[in-house]
Amino acid sequence: MNVFHFGSLFFGDHAHWHGYDGIPTRLTEHILYSLMALAIAAAIGLPVGLVTGHTGRGGNALALIATAARALPSFGLLVLMFVLLGLGLTPVMIPLVVLAVPPILVTTYEAVRSVDPSPVDAARGMGMTEPRILLQVEVPVALPLILGGLRSAAIQIVSTATIAAYVSFGGLGRYIVDGLYQHDYSKVVGGATLVALLALVTLAVFWALTRLAVSAGVRRSA
Amino acid sequence: MNGFFDIPSDLQHSYIGLIGLHVREALLPVLAGLLLSLPIAQVCVRFRWLYPPVLWATTVLYAIPSLAFFVVLIDYTGLHEITVMIPLTVYSLVVLVPAIVDGVRSVPQETLAAASAMGFGPVRRYATVQLPIAAPAIIAGLRVAAVSSISLVSVGMLIGNQGALGNLLQDANLYHRPRLAVLSVVTSAVLAVLVDALLVLARRLLTPWMPGGTGGRRPVEADARPTSAALSLEDTSR
Repeated sequence: MNVFHFGSLFFGDHAHWHGYDGIPTRLTEHILYSLMALAIAAAIGLPVGLVTGHTGRGGNALALIATAARALPSFGLLVLMFVLLGLGLTPVMIPLVVLAVPPILVTTYEAVRSVDPSPVDAARGMGMTEPRILLQVEVPVALPLILGGLRSAAIQIVSTATIAAYVSFGGLGRYIVDGLYQHDYSKVVGGATLVALLALVTLAVFWALTRLAVSAGVRRSA
Repeated sequence: MNGFFDIPSDLQHSYIGLIGLHVREALLPVLAGLLLSLPIAQVCVRFRWLYPPVLWATTVLYAIPSLAFFVVLIDYTGLHEITVMIPLTVYSLVVLVPAIVDGVRSVPQETLAAASAMGFGPVRRYATVQLPIAAPAIIAGLRVAAVSSISLVSVGMLIGNQGALGNLLQDANLYHRPRLAVLSVVTSAVLAVLVDALLVLARRLLTPWMPGGTGGRRPVEADARPTSAALSLEDTSR
């Protein structure tokens, strides 16, 4: 009776492969929540990180905000929002976004800051406007680090989205929370395996994204 | 404010008691993680080929969600604090190993050569030269590990009242008392900020040669998150 035994019990059961509580449904839900949270967090973190990184101002304020956001317990925030706002997507999204903004924000800021100043000065000397310098010189060079920040945010979201099940939401966390209450460990192990696999897939997606999006010249020097 | 810090009796702890429990459940794993990662990192520095597989292994372990980790462990360790502390130790390792490896590796060759020339043996050189120079990177790692550990303890509530301050969340739900949830979130956030501040203080005391302030670009870099250590550290604030 070990973890592998429970795992094969879960994945071997045909009942788990279709229907309302089936693996495809729960997996889709989980991916949707994760993508949504990542999109919101990126919409907040990327622009702020890029602009502060480019101007070099507000770095300390940024670090302070990031530390403060990191100090907030995701699970506590989830339950608090649930108690205050009731059932809905908003109480689930708020902790996930709070969780994901700091890594995106801080890494983007640091990535833009760490771009070699000489090409930036050259671009400025060639008469490029500041927005063009940011988008055409700094962002391409900083891209590997920026993607790294997005990657860690994505992994954290994927694994933390499981706790959404505690406030009666769907996703892969359902298996873990339900299995816990039903004393059905095969369900717990199955759910945990699926989340871990999804996190690994996320890693792989970002690896592929880095290969595709980062220009060859930047990759070689990195 | 009257009775704001009163805790429902089913938790069998006072407010202060819960804080003590939370600190213990969060920080003992970080300490255990530090003690484990020092030798692991040392081996990784010594045998370079070992570092990538170790990084991969820790990343995979890190991908297991804390809740799932807790629940799977129940089968082996029961409904006990240890069940919460084992995963937190593993997560600390994920932050601390790269932090220590990068910190120790960043020691310049000339410095090492000078220490050797002064007759320092490998052990003494490691303890009195390499570790102090790596201290800022190690403490940066400890900060991330401690803060995320404090926030993760709350999830322990789900496996039967092992969440310390997180147990208040259960009661907030049960008795429809939002203030209990507010108390839980605010207290553990304050706790995290305090521990973070203490670590910054420790860094200043341990590295008196470094500029201490937060102003200025260059000095901050050594403090906050430089180059490669930075990214691996960011991987962890879950």
